[in-house]
Amino acid sequence: MKIIPIVPAPMTEVELALFEERRKIYPRSQKGWFSSWRWVLVFFTQILFYGGAWLHWNDRQAVLFDLTTRKFYIFGLVLWPQDFIYLAVLLVISALSLFLFTAIAGRLFCGYACPQTVYTEIFMWIEKKIEGDRNARIKLDDAPMSVRKFSLKSSKHLAWLALSLWTGFTFVGYFTPIHVLAQEVFAFTLGPWEYFWILFYGFATYGNAGFMREQVCKYMCPYARFQSAMFDKDTLIVTYDTARGEPRGSRNKKVDFKAEGLGSCVDCGICVQVCPTGIDIRNGLQYECIACGLCIDGCDQVMDKMAYPRGLIRYTTEHALERKLDNKSMWRRVFRLRTLIYGSILGLIILVAALSLAYHVPLKVDVMRDRSMPKVTDTGAIENVYRLQITNSHEEAHKYVISVKGAAGIEIVNQTEIEVAAASVIPFPVRVRIPAGAAEIGSNRIRFVIQDINVPKINVTEKAVFLVPK
Amino acid sequence: MADFFNEGWSIAIAVVVLISIAACGLLLWSQSKVKVKLGNDGKPLPAGTTGHVWDVDLMEQNNPLPRWWMWLFYLTIIYAVGYLIVYPGLGSMQGSFGWSQAGAYEKEIKDGEQQYGPIFNKFMNMDIPAVAKDEQAREIGQRLFLNNCAQCHGSDAQGGKGYPNLADNDWLYGGDPETIKTSILNGRHGQMPPMAAAVGSEDDVRNLANYVMSLSNSAHDPIKASLGKSKFMACAACHGAEGKGTQALGAPNLTDKIWLYGGGVDNVMETINKGRSNQMPAHKALLGEAKVHLLAAYVWGLSNNSAVAVTQAEAGAIKQIANAAVEK
Ligand code: SF4
Ligand code: SF4
Repeated sequence: MKIIPIVPAPMTEVELALFEERRKIYPRSQKGWFSSWRWVLVFFTQILFYGGAWLHWNDRQAVLFDLTTRKFYIFGLVLWPQDFIYLAVLLVISALSLFLFTAIAGRLFCGYACPQTVYTEIFMWIEKKIEGDRNARIKLDDAPMSVRKFSLKSSKHLAWLALSLWTGFTFVGYFTPIHVLAQEVFAFTLGPWEYFWILFYGFATYGNAGFMREQVCKYMCPYARFQSAMFDKDTLIVTYDTARGEPRGSRNKKVDFKAEGLGSCVDCGICVQVCPTGIDIRNGLQYECIACGLCIDGCDQVMDKMAYPRGLIRYTTEHALERKLDNKSMWRRVFRLRTLIYGSILGLIILVAALSLAYHVPLKVDVMRDRSMPKVTDTGAIENVYRLQITNSHEEAHKYVISVKGAAGIEIVNQTEIEVAAASVIPFPVRVRIPAGAAEIGSNRIRFVIQDINVPKINVTEKAVFLVPK
Repeated sequence: MADFFNEGWSIAIAVVVLISIAACGLLLWSQSKVKVKLGNDGKPLPAGTTGHVWDVDLMEQNNPLPRWWMWLFYLTIIYAVGYLIVYPGLGSMQGSFGWSQAGAYEKEIKDGEQQYGPIFNKFMNMDIPAVAKDEQAREIGQRLFLNNCAQCHGSDAQGGKGYPNLADNDWLYGGDPETIKTSILNGRHGQMPPMAAAVGSEDDVRNLANYVMSLSNSAHDPIKASLGKSKFMACAACHGAEGKGTQALGAPNLTDKIWLYGGGVDNVMETINKGRSNQMPAHKALLGEAKVHLLAAYVWGLSNNSAVAVTQAEAGAIKQIANAAVEK
């Protein structure tokens, strides 16, 4: 009998997990022009955020979004739910600015002003101060647990947590007066929602800036996904000049690299090490790149050391690279029709919004006609009843005089003067009379004019209809 | 609901829900792995593309999601199971919290009563004229009035055709505080039967209407009025021999110039011929006694300006009413 040996067939396939395990990034800290600008923006935004809540104005918090009474205080301005349009305008301005800046210089917002970037930047700074820079951190992570490792790690997390809680506290301080909040925190008398939001926002800060970092930009942020729709070939982007850099390779500084057939890139890997999203910009523009410019700073320093001209990695446009444009003609193309249109629409909206805020009148009136049938008096005059909802959005009491226009002899039968307390709304019934025959049968347009007695500038005109029965 | 659903339906729905959840989990698990070809060196080739190519060179790249995101998906499944344990959602099962929409509504009402009840109850123990003097009570009263009464009686409470004016001193059922409160609590049904048959011919009705107009010294034909006087017998049962009305019956006073359905001979004739029926709904069940108490005080205060410390708004309104009365 012949024995047939069983030979395992050579394996040609393996099963792998489809989902990617996260590779921890250890960005190396980097100093330089762009890095300095990032810190300028960190300070600017955070002084605004942490400090703004403590400012005072007119015996109250200068910036307070009081959700319970639905009044938004921004310095001298008090916005009511009826002023929601300003929020819409703010969103439109933000969107248009994003279009404009993205069309000009890509993800400027991401790299410099986005809270995700800013807090990651602060958290990384703390991390560096406690655990050391890139190499020290890699070594520390690889080392087995020791007293030193434990104390470094725990102090880092304590510092992170403290900052996170402060951030959560500040955030809630914009919605509930922060001085009261501070006392409540120390007396442990916070309400359940205040606890929840401080802890929630604090936890979000801790998680996002401490752990999620570039994962937020890569997988969660929608802006990263649709930015490519706003880019074109004249958008300034952080780019590696392949023509100049390749072929890359290490070299002896004294040897003429051109003679050896090398490009300018010494393949030192600095640009990769500093990158907070962990990409290699030399592979070309990638959606992960948040345009922080750190690789530019890093590479420029290498170029300086090698005594090569700077700008192997630089802000430039695709067209400029392709067509070898000089700086002047590149910038001319940056300010092209598209950006000019974005810019002028944006400017116009900002102007209109600013004007409307400047002429913002702290008085609002809603007119509702009573549903009941118009009344005919003995003399044949017609009466309609209206309810005026008068909102005094100013922080002082105001006295108003009400008049009505729109037909001969039209008048208000009951009183015409009314005082409304500071920041309050009152319903005010008004009976309007038109003498017999002074208005046509059917609906007639009339106007109510509500004017401040002492400050004539504060006035509102509201349209209404007056019904005359057959 | 019981007519449409029985136990069988409930079980069927629960089974569908559970199978769906399990299927989601299975799908996640089965799709979390990918087959990758091994290269010549025995190492897996990079799973760069999914292998789908179309339009010559368009390729589907394999950009795997991070693993933590996959765990989030599993977390949603765990969440769904937890949710179904706690809240209703699995067929007709109640969930361990015993939550229901009706229950949540009732709880909110109860919470509201607990929060605002003391404010209303504070006034419950005061008599109506005292409540009417209180500024806060008046503010609440005005709001209640605008939301519940103004639809018929007008925002300024002056009524309209068929709806009594509450800001004057003329009352169908009496204007003392308790009567006003009773009117709001229990409602009123004012009814005047058609009287044409009892009165006689159309001429008789006309004469009677003229007589009625003469009672308040309104425009009328004196001859017809004198002819109609005897016909008033039919009306006296309710309106009184002198036509002064009877508040116990809600029969209007005919000697003033206040007309619920409009004055003038023609209007009055129509009233006599066809009768009138008027209904004010009861508000006891709708608002509860405490709110009605406040409303009664507000309404009473409207026509008793001398008795209450009035706001400017009311003072003006009352002045105007007074002026109008003087003009008449
Ligand atoms: S930093 Fe500059 S020189 Fe160094 S690897 Fe990057 S591109 Fe090349
Ligand atoms: S590639 Fe350069 S600019 Fe882009 S994220 Fe990385 S370091 Fe920043």
